[in-house]
Amino acid sequence: MARPRILRLSLSLLGVVLFFALWEALPRLGLVKPMLLPAPSEIPATFWRELTSGAWADAVLQSLRHYLSGLVLGSAMGVALGVATGMSRTLEDMTNWIVRLLRPIPGLAWVPFAIIWFGVSSTAANFIIIVGVFWINYFAALGAVQAVDRDLIELANAFGHRSPLAKLVKVILPASVQPIMAGLRTGLGQAWMAVVAAELFGVAGLGQRMMQASSLLATDVVVVYMITMAVLYGVVDMAFVALRDRLLAWKA
Amino acid sequence: MISIKDLTLSFDSDRGRTIVLKDFHLDIADGEFVAVVGASGVGKSTLLRVIAGLVKPSSGTVTRDSPETPGRRPYAMVFQDARLLPWRRVVKNVEFGLEGLGLDKATRRRRALDALDLVGLADKADRWPHQLSGGQRQRVAIARALAVDPDLLMMDEPFGALDAITRQGLQDELVDLWQRTGKTILFVTHDIDEAVYLADRVVLLAGSPAGVRSADRIDGPRPRHRDDMVARETANAIRGRLSDTVEAGEGI
Repeated sequence: MARPRILRLSLSLLGVVLFFALWEALPRLGLVKPMLLPAPSEIPATFWRELTSGAWADAVLQSLRHYLSGLVLGSAMGVALGVATGMSRTLEDMTNWIVRLLRPIPGLAWVPFAIIWFGVSSTAANFIIIVGVFWINYFAALGAVQAVDRDLIELANAFGHRSPLAKLVKVILPASVQPIMAGLRTGLGQAWMAVVAAELFGVAGLGQRMMQASSLLATDVVVVYMITMAVLYGVVDMAFVALRDRLLAWKA
Repeated sequence: MISIKDLTLSFDSDRGRTIVLKDFHLDIADGEFVAVVGASGVGKSTLLRVIAGLVKPSSGTVTRDSPETPGRRPYAMVFQDARLLPWRRVVKNVEFGLEGLGLDKATRRRRALDALDLVGLADKADRWPHQLSGGQRQRVAIARALAVDPDLLMMDEPFGALDAITRQGLQDELVDLWQRTGKTILFVTHDIDEAVYLADRVVLLAGSPAGVRSADRIDGPRPRHRDDMVARETANAIRGRLSDTVEAGEGI
């Protein structure tokens, strides 16, 4: 039998309480030095200091700028090239080996080149993020287009939609929305990682602020930014899911 | 009139050349209801696809003596599965073939609603396909084909996937629709009783490569009775010829 909703909710809540209790207990009971693990009760005050000094808003805005521009560019290029490759056998054959060569290289392996080409700059951060989300979206879109039901393509032909553009707009794109959306959503997470990684190398933003704090052993500040990232990602993901559900209303 | 002359279709594969259709010849008068029967795999569906221009014949021609008219499509197809686009509401599915004909939005909508009205589903215009029953979905597919006002309406075992009761209901509806619209219909089925019940003329496609084995005119007043003795005899005669060809190993 399924568990009653109220019981499941209470258990989730209990889990959260236990987690914070344990976290609070470890430094308080002297099991871990507070410098190594700040107690959660100290975090709000630290957050307030960061907020009032303006450091928090600066870091968040800079990171969001890297995040959004890199995400939009990388996703758009990934989806566009993925769709085009999915629709064209010629393009697929032409890119086959290049893709095999480039795909296994992790986005972060591009950091040296990013810094050599663009310096420690926003452009470098953008570049790393773009590479990070490009492949996810490329493969999601390619797979989605190749998986479109052949019968629907035949339907488009039978009703006069014979040009590649007409097929793309009338059948292929709408039929691929769901898997492409799944790719975009994975990219949302991947891009966050890339943002932080890029900023850890010194580009201004959340990651850089964390590195500064950790070098001063201000672990409470580090925790503030870790939580900030989690919340920002959560908000972006929720907004995306809401948008997706609107686009996929026909699934209901 | 629609004339199909000397239609031949062959495929080349690694196992050599397969000739599917050879010198297929058929004239269909305006407003005529022609059924094509034959063993499964004999090439009935392929024949429709060649006529619809979805498959290019190796040789032969399909000609119409009616002129090209703006706002219409010469051919429309109803498949065995309804093939509705799940992301479009019912009325937008019916508009599918009307798009790209240079019609304005209001005209498209009006013609789609008229076609839905013909199949008795005007009140379902704003539903999603998944909210309809199998029989209703197939009626939407018929409306989609009627909406483009084709010279020839082709139906590829359109009721083959439906239960017996729904099938009989739709057969009667189709005859009614045909009489009201005066459309020319080419109807493919493996169900000889269905063919004899619906059509003016029943063409038996048999052999390998396939050609017209026989053509029987079904006279008599409409509405017909399913247990009409003359029709039953015709059906039995066709069945006899069909099993002869199958036994002779020509069929499949």
